[in-house]
Amino acid sequence: MRDFVRLEGVSMAYGRGAGALKAVDGVTLSIARGEFAAVVGPSGCGKSSLMKLISGLHPAAAGTVAVEGQPVRGPLKCVGMAFQHSNLLPWRSTLRNVLLPLEIVQPYRSAFSKEKRAFENKAQALLRSVGLEGFGEKYPWELSGGMQQRASICRALIHEPEILLLDEPFGALDAFTREELWCALRDLQAARKVTVLLVTHDLREAVFLADTVYVMSGRPGRLLRRCEVPLPRPRDLEVTYTEAFQAVVHELRTLIGGLH
Amino acid sequence: MWTRTLAPAAFTLALFLAWEALCRALRIPLTILPSPSLVFSALWEYRAPIAANAVVTLWTTLAGFALATVFGLLLGIVVGWHRALYAAFYPVMVGFNSVPKVAVVPVLILWFGLGEVPAVITAFLISFFPIVVNVATGLATVEPELEDVLRALGASKLDVVRKVGIPRSMPYFFGSLKVAVTLAFVGAVVSETVGANRGLGKLMLDAQASFQVPIVFAGLLVLAFLGIVLYGATAAVEVRFTRWAFRGQAT
Repeated sequence: MRDFVRLEGVSMAYGRGAGALKAVDGVTLSIARGEFAAVVGPSGCGKSSLMKLISGLHPAAAGTVAVEGQPVRGPLKCVGMAFQHSNLLPWRSTLRNVLLPLEIVQPYRSAFSKEKRAFENKAQALLRSVGLEGFGEKYPWELSGGMQQRASICRALIHEPEILLLDEPFGALDAFTREELWCALRDLQAARKVTVLLVTHDLREAVFLADTVYVMSGRPGRLLRRCEVPLPRPRDLEVTYTEAFQAVVHELRTLIGGLH
Repeated sequence: MWTRTLAPAAFTLALFLAWEALCRALRIPLTILPSPSLVFSALWEYRAPIAANAVVTLWTTLAGFALATVFGLLLGIVVGWHRALYAAFYPVMVGFNSVPKVAVVPVLILWFGLGEVPAVITAFLISFFPIVVNVATGLATVEPELEDVLRALGASKLDVVRKVGIPRSMPYFFGSLKVAVTLAFVGAVVSETVGANRGLGKLMLDAQASFQVPIVFAGLLVLAFLGIVLYGATAAVEVRFTRWAFRGQAT
């Protein structure tokens, strides 16, 4: 199925009437099932608004948003989200933070008390897959920033969403931790075949992880370019030092740089 | 050890010694400011009536405080639920809170007669406001990203409040209880002072009328002591239930 997520001529604004702030203008794009897409652009270009549109948290002012051929009218539960700040709940242990979506999304919600044990094992397995084995009982504030972000991604994935929406998830991390998490995310995506939309302003991050990179203009956000990354996946961190990689990053940088 | 128990004990003792020394050095008349030694001997001499009245004040305070806790928590959740509700309730609550409760006591006595009921209600009226404001603030300041995470999962407003809002506002809630419990105490005593037949406030009023100033001060000391105990108990409950919010403060 080609168009798993499809946006057609989508515009979006915050507020109404003359004072409305147009965030996204006439965006058309489609993401295939299992594709890793990244959106880059200058800050305030409506990258995050795209996420709100796809997740159904904010309605489009014009155009249509469709997931699996169905128009999006409200929040979609086949979506998992993670943000720049991990937003873990400090009163819950890491394991219980990861379990949170299962207490809300059906059909897990109804089964939660009955199958708690199984769900916990599932969460433990997920934590293990991102290198957080043995940290389940720790509280979020006892973890480092990178570990919190790993846990946050686990929380976004626990209910097995089909789309993972990531809004600058590694923006607050140091360069080394960030690269470690790139690899963790790469492996998770490869193992689960989940469709990912990554919003970032880090061009290297976008090129390293994504199949397709979309470049957006400054406010109101328009799509300037769709760029398929010509490097075979899975990619190793070494690839970021190759000329081919640098060329793609440079091309994207020129596109964005010209906007200012 | 030093900072937690010895320092406050030493300071309290020093305060009483200074008070005693001041009374003796300046020969302050007994009817103006009795020395602590006189106050403590009055406290011992009249221990039976003081204890009996202290029990009355304590239970009216606790009853009013319990009402305020339950009502304040519920109203706080309602007010914090939605911005419109917050805006709607707030001016009325501030207005209500601004009415001096001393002025309300005569009305309460008119309605419920002399006795413990007006004291309980005054304690309640004076102490629920900080609880409502704190709980509502805790709910109203939930991080929007966090709400997005949950709403994207199809969580209802009730889910968000239950899973995030209420746990998150618990430190605010327990913090406000410390304020509320002392206010409840003030309310109960104020009510007893305006009109009651029992309680520490009434006892002090009677002692004052007959110029037994050491008894008045003995009553004040007991009030201060009970206030510390109530505050300490609430603070202990706070730490017990919101340990996560006290992280980094080594125990």
